[in-house]
Amino acid sequence: MRFVDEFREPELISRTAQEIRRLADPNRHYRLMEVCGGHTHAIYRFGLKDLLPSNIELIHGPGCPVCVLPMGRIDDGLSMTAQPEVIFTAFGDMMRVPGTRGSPLEYKARGADVRIVYSPSDALKLALNNPDRHVMFFAIGFETTAPSTALTLMRARKLGIRNFSVFCNHVTIIPAIRAILDSPDMRLDAFIGPGHVSTVIGCRPYEWIARNEGKPIVVSGFEPLDLLESVLMLLRQMREGRAEVENQYKRVVPWEGNSAALKAMAEVFELRPYFEWRGMGFISQSALRLRDSYAEFDAEQRFQVPGIRVTDPKAAQCGEVLKGVLKPAQCKLFGNECTPERPVGALMVSSEGSCAAYYNYEHRKASLVTTVAPAF
Amino acid sequence: MQATVPKIRFRDAQIEMAHGAGGKASRRLVEGLFVPLLCGVTPGSLGDAAHVQMNGTRLAITTDSFVVKPLRFPGGSIGELAVNGTVNDLAVSGARAETLVVTFVLEAGLPTDILEMEIRAMAEAAQRAGVVIAGGDTKVVEHGKADRMYISSCGIGRLMDGVEISPESVRPGDRVLLSGPIGDHGITILLARGELDLDAEVCSDTRSVLPLVEAMAAVAHGGIRWMRDPTRGGVATSLNELALDCGLAICLAEEKIPIRDTVRGACELLGLEPMHIANEGQFLAVVAPEQAESALAALRATPGGEEAVIIGEVRERPAATVLVSTRYGGTRVIDMLVGDPLPRIC
Amino acid sequence: MCLAIPGQIVELLPERDNLALVDVGGVRRKIDVGLLADDPVRAGDWVLIHVGFAMSKIGEKEAAEQMRILAILGEDEAAMREVEGYG
Repeated sequence: MRFVDEFREPELISRTAQEIRRLADPNRHYRLMEVCGGHTHAIYRFGLKDLLPSNIELIHGPGCPVCVLPMGRIDDGLSMTAQPEVIFTAFGDMMRVPGTRGSPLEYKARGADVRIVYSPSDALKLALNNPDRHVMFFAIGFETTAPSTALTLMRARKLGIRNFSVFCNHVTIIPAIRAILDSPDMRLDAFIGPGHVSTVIGCRPYEWIARNEGKPIVVSGFEPLDLLESVLMLLRQMREGRAEVENQYKRVVPWEGNSAALKAMAEVFELRPYFEWRGMGFISQSALRLRDSYAEFDAEQRFQVPGIRVTDPKAAQCGEVLKGVLKPAQCKLFGNECTPERPVGALMVSSEGSCAAYYNYEHRKASLVTTVAPAF
Repeated sequence: MQATVPKIRFRDAQIEMAHGAGGKASRRLVEGLFVPLLCGVTPGSLGDAAHVQMNGTRLAITTDSFVVKPLRFPGGSIGELAVNGTVNDLAVSGARAETLVVTFVLEAGLPTDILEMEIRAMAEAAQRAGVVIAGGDTKVVEHGKADRMYISSCGIGRLMDGVEISPESVRPGDRVLLSGPIGDHGITILLARGELDLDAEVCSDTRSVLPLVEAMAAVAHGGIRWMRDPTRGGVATSLNELALDCGLAICLAEEKIPIRDTVRGACELLGLEPMHIANEGQFLAVVAPEQAESALAALRATPGGEEAVIIGEVRERPAATVLVSTRYGGTRVIDMLVGDPLPRIC
Repeated sequence: MCLAIPGQIVELLPERDNLALVDVGGVRRKIDVGLLADDPVRAGDWVLIHVGFAMSKIGEKEAAEQMRILAILGEDEAAMREVEGYG
């Protein structure tokens, strides 16, 4: 597959890993945070931690839009299924996320009309094909996904659709990064920037991280070579005492972002004054809602949602893991009360959450003596 | 003598789709509810078929049910699955299927010509597989139940000489063989449902694997430790079950696992893990290292086995884990499927 | 938020503006190219696809450049620095 296989080429990967080992200062411990669920997933899936020297630590930040969604919001979305004409649609990522009375899949097992869609336009198509039903799309995602929801709503308006609504849970990345940096117990050296969010917002929004906070940030792609090259670029910056925004993912990320996407978002959405992030508390100006001009498509206005805040059990240490203060295995509930099958906290609910990723890909490796590929 | 009371460990309040998906939830249901009540307190490991002795003859018996939507898809149909699936379950237990009996649960309103097409498909599949369908039962349920038709088939066969399958016999150093490319069937079904705007040249791999198993057994029978056909839950689930049963580590080399480009492309597009996708015409075998190469050669020399490959080996640690390593030295754990394979956007 | 994959535009579809047929490793899918309205796509272009929408064009030049830089890693640091515009 083009633009995928080339970036998984073993010879280049091994050279880049070697260069990383050469450049890393053995007297330093580097803490690099990535803030993108896709990066978390890629790091585990390709076993990239095995290729880095032990003094480079990759920390997973709040990059999973499913994980940071409070349970109360999931309950609100699911409450809409009480109306028989409603078809509840969402991405596969949402289907096993538990609300107080079960996950969307469990609601489906109890008779609710819950369907997986692969695109917001699938949800709109469903509305077009089922004029006597109401299709509600549970929208999640960062700025990568919001423009697609926006375009879909603009299209719904153009077509005069009346049986479609969106429950908007889109969140924005910059306030989350700010919250991490403002947190007193945080100790980070640099950031691996979210590659696909940046195709929309560009690289400028990260300039304050370098300028005001003095932390290097490299916007990275998702293939093994991309991530390794980004680590290399960060190491070079730190060695040279620089703190800049660099774009490693040049083949896809335009420095200025995608103006059509930003325009669509501005047309349909506005910023909420504040929004609760599971494990992180309330963050101001960090989430989107539909503008008044699109009120007819706003599920929150069409349906009476309970709007009840659900707090996580005190024992769940999601906040500390999200900020990189604790490793997943250090949380008392990890692997016992809290597993991917029966998640208690935010970071176990989606396979990109750092606890789920660690559980699924890593923690049983602890007893592995070597990581040399099998010789058969 | 003290009567031991079977302990039910299944705590879920209701049955979900996940319990039928072949992964962790299915295993919990079987081990926690069915086995304690039906099989007594010491079930041993759960295989594809039950081995019984009748008057000195060693037989294997198995049953399976087939629920698929749509009924017909590129490469096959429910009727073929019903025959091949049971023949394969027996084959990977080391048995030659001889006789099948089938049950039909039909939905009222099902057009006869659709039913006839499936019966014809079953007859053809049975002939190709060399089995006899000796009888069966039919029930009709109301319109709205049974998704048009469900088929159940029960098969019986004689165990091949010299083939003794058991997870307990698996040793570090054994090799893991795979008969051919993964994911064809599951992706075919997904696309055939037509809910996605995806178009691809892919068809189900449904077929009897008995000829391949026989070819392998002919040269390596003493060295075949374990076999399984990786249906629902894919190769990852089957190998995780083995790892749990034998307590050893199964280490796979990712780049050795064969997968067609279109299946790979569809999985990438949808965010699915290929090793969790169902197969209906492949099997896994764990073979002693001394016989692995000749077993592989025998497979490759048999029609339909040309793409067979050694994908990994058994090691001591980490216990009860399936590890996948990449070409450049990274490794990751791959778990059993938890529920149905769900696509991701994230 | 992040699962986006490369695909090649096969053709623009007439049934609706902003709809294109894309090929991903032999699998074809209809996707919305509305987010690339400012720099319209043509058959043969490579795009990055996320939830059924094209997010960005993939620059083959930039991809090739990246591979070139990585290929000379470790061989000659000075040459590499020059290529990258440092030193």
